[in-house]
Amino acid sequence: MTIEPAIALAPAERAVNLIGSDLTEKSLKLHLDGLSGVDAVGLEQRAAGLGTRSIKTTSKAWALDTIIKLIDLTTLEGADTPGKVRSLAAKAVLPDPSDASTPRVAAVCVYGDMVPYAADALGSAWSNGADNGINVAAVATAFPSGRSSLPIKIMDTKEAVANGADEIDMVIDRGAFLSGRYGIVFDQIVAVKEACRRENGTYAHLKVILETGELNTYDNVRKASWLAILAGGDFIKTSTGKVAPAATLPVTLLMLEVVRDWHLLTGEKIGVKPAGGIRTSKDAIKYLVTVAETVGEEWLQPHLFRFGASSLLNDVLLQRQKLTTGHYSGPDYVTID
Amino acid sequence: MTRLTVPKTYKLYIGGKFPRSESGRTYEVATKKGVFLANASLASRKDARDAVVAARAAVSGWSGATGYNRGQVLYRIAELLEGRREQFIDELMATEALSKAAATTQVDTAIDAWVWYAGWADKYVQVAGNGNPVSGPYFNLSTPEPSGVIAIVAPQDSSSLLGLVSVIAPALVSGNTVVVVAHQGAPLSAISFSEVLATSDVPGGVVNILTGSPAEIAPWLASHADVNGLDLAGAEQLEWVDLQIAAADTLKRVSGPVVGVPAPSVERIVQWTETKTVWHTKSLI
Repeated sequence: MTIEPAIALAPAERAVNLIGSDLTEKSLKLHLDGLSGVDAVGLEQRAAGLGTRSIKTTSKAWALDTIIKLIDLTTLEGADTPGKVRSLAAKAVLPDPSDASTPRVAAVCVYGDMVPYAADALGSAWSNGADNGINVAAVATAFPSGRSSLPIKIMDTKEAVANGADEIDMVIDRGAFLSGRYGIVFDQIVAVKEACRRENGTYAHLKVILETGELNTYDNVRKASWLAILAGGDFIKTSTGKVAPAATLPVTLLMLEVVRDWHLLTGEKIGVKPAGGIRTSKDAIKYLVTVAETVGEEWLQPHLFRFGASSLLNDVLLQRQKLTTGHYSGPDYVTID
Repeated sequence: MTRLTVPKTYKLYIGGKFPRSESGRTYEVATKKGVFLANASLASRKDARDAVVAARAAVSGWSGATGYNRGQVLYRIAELLEGRREQFIDELMATEALSKAAATTQVDTAIDAWVWYAGWADKYVQVAGNGNPVSGPYFNLSTPEPSGVIAIVAPQDSSSLLGLVSVIAPALVSGNTVVVVAHQGAPLSAISFSEVLATSDVPGGVVNILTGSPAEIAPWLASHADVNGLDLAGAEQLEWVDLQIAAADTLKRVSGPVVGVPAPSVERIVQWTETKTVWHTKSLI
């Protein structure tokens, strides 16, 4: 899985370029509050319209394989053990043992302390910063609440990167964001981005989790997406998966629109990762359609779009088996997570 | 004053809900003389797939209930059927061109068969299970357990209500959940029966009723890897050998076509069970 090292801008450089060198909390706030409001009815209608496409036969086969290639196979439970992570890694390498033509997933996503086990279990399949292979993503910064001090968040991130994490999924401080203190959120993302720097000067990929279920309004989602991109995030991610509602199609569409606008403005490509609540192939295909129609098919690559999911993979495998064998498959024919 | 008729829309019964067919298709149900009675949903393979998902989800709850509890729940259905006798009699008279006496006999026989099966829920284990003789200081016990999800083609030639009851009750007794394709020509009593189920204590998904063409749906159920048993009671007019071959690919239990309506029997209960054998040491006495 390729990550373009060209993205390694210095943290906050984007904001300086866009807003100017007198980057203060006030200028940031003025900039974000100056973003136009979201037409909620129009957004939901558009998302619903994109969800009605019928994808069949060869297109469906392509879509199912693409979904698998875009999955961040995730386990984020308090009860995670090295054994659980090893079995997850085994599934990432060989999702369907009955069909060797099944593609591999993009990454495995675990808590920071599980990164060494994940990397070890992936073995030669681990990308370890190289061009192809499965990445190890780690959630950091007091996931999922984000309620700890900045030094602890930085330590958390540095440890995960030192352990070998290729990608860091950080959460923003929703409390600070909702009370209008955008500067704190901005500084934390910048600091965590800096903590993602490896010894050789390259950066671990930074995904910024907005936790849209707690942001309450579409306007806030647009502001938070813009803020995360300005502060240096490589990816914007909807949710931790611990809060309902998690990823929804309208929210993802909105974030994709921000990414499209940013691309038009600067030429930079930011990734999007809906996470949580996507459990069926049918839902996932709706997301593929939305991505293709909003930012273009180019985004349907692991370094620009991901699904954060665990149970989705099994459903995709069942659908895939149905396409291959011609009859319906059952949960007995895929692994239990 | 003349009054407009209020025709009823007959829908499917999947997972405790009454959805229309995913395909949007319907077919006309008529009396033997060809007078329009109602539109029924023409289920597609995707409805069958959804029904199997619902049935699978219901297995743990239904099979986990005690036999005594299952018996009570099933008996409760008989009580509700009794209260709806007139409706079933009317529907059978219309769809099967039966006399009132013949329709009444069929409904009463169906209710009695249901009660008979309900009574077996906490007793069949004692009949089908066994303490096996062993030459050692331990017990060796065999006990029947439900197979899981049973796909059924209900009898198609006559007796739409009695036929339906005679195939789903024996599967339910031991804790299986069922997906049943109802009588194609006379599906009204099957859907009315599902209304009884929906207002009883049977958890949603335990019984799933599809109306439509068995010839279209049965092959998908026969080859479905998540179905554990296939009852071809009403499949005489279908290519049932092919269905058995498809079922063999996924190691299903299969029961063959039956002429008429299967009579109540303990064998029909036991055929949808798997035998679990365990041993246990004898304690010191």
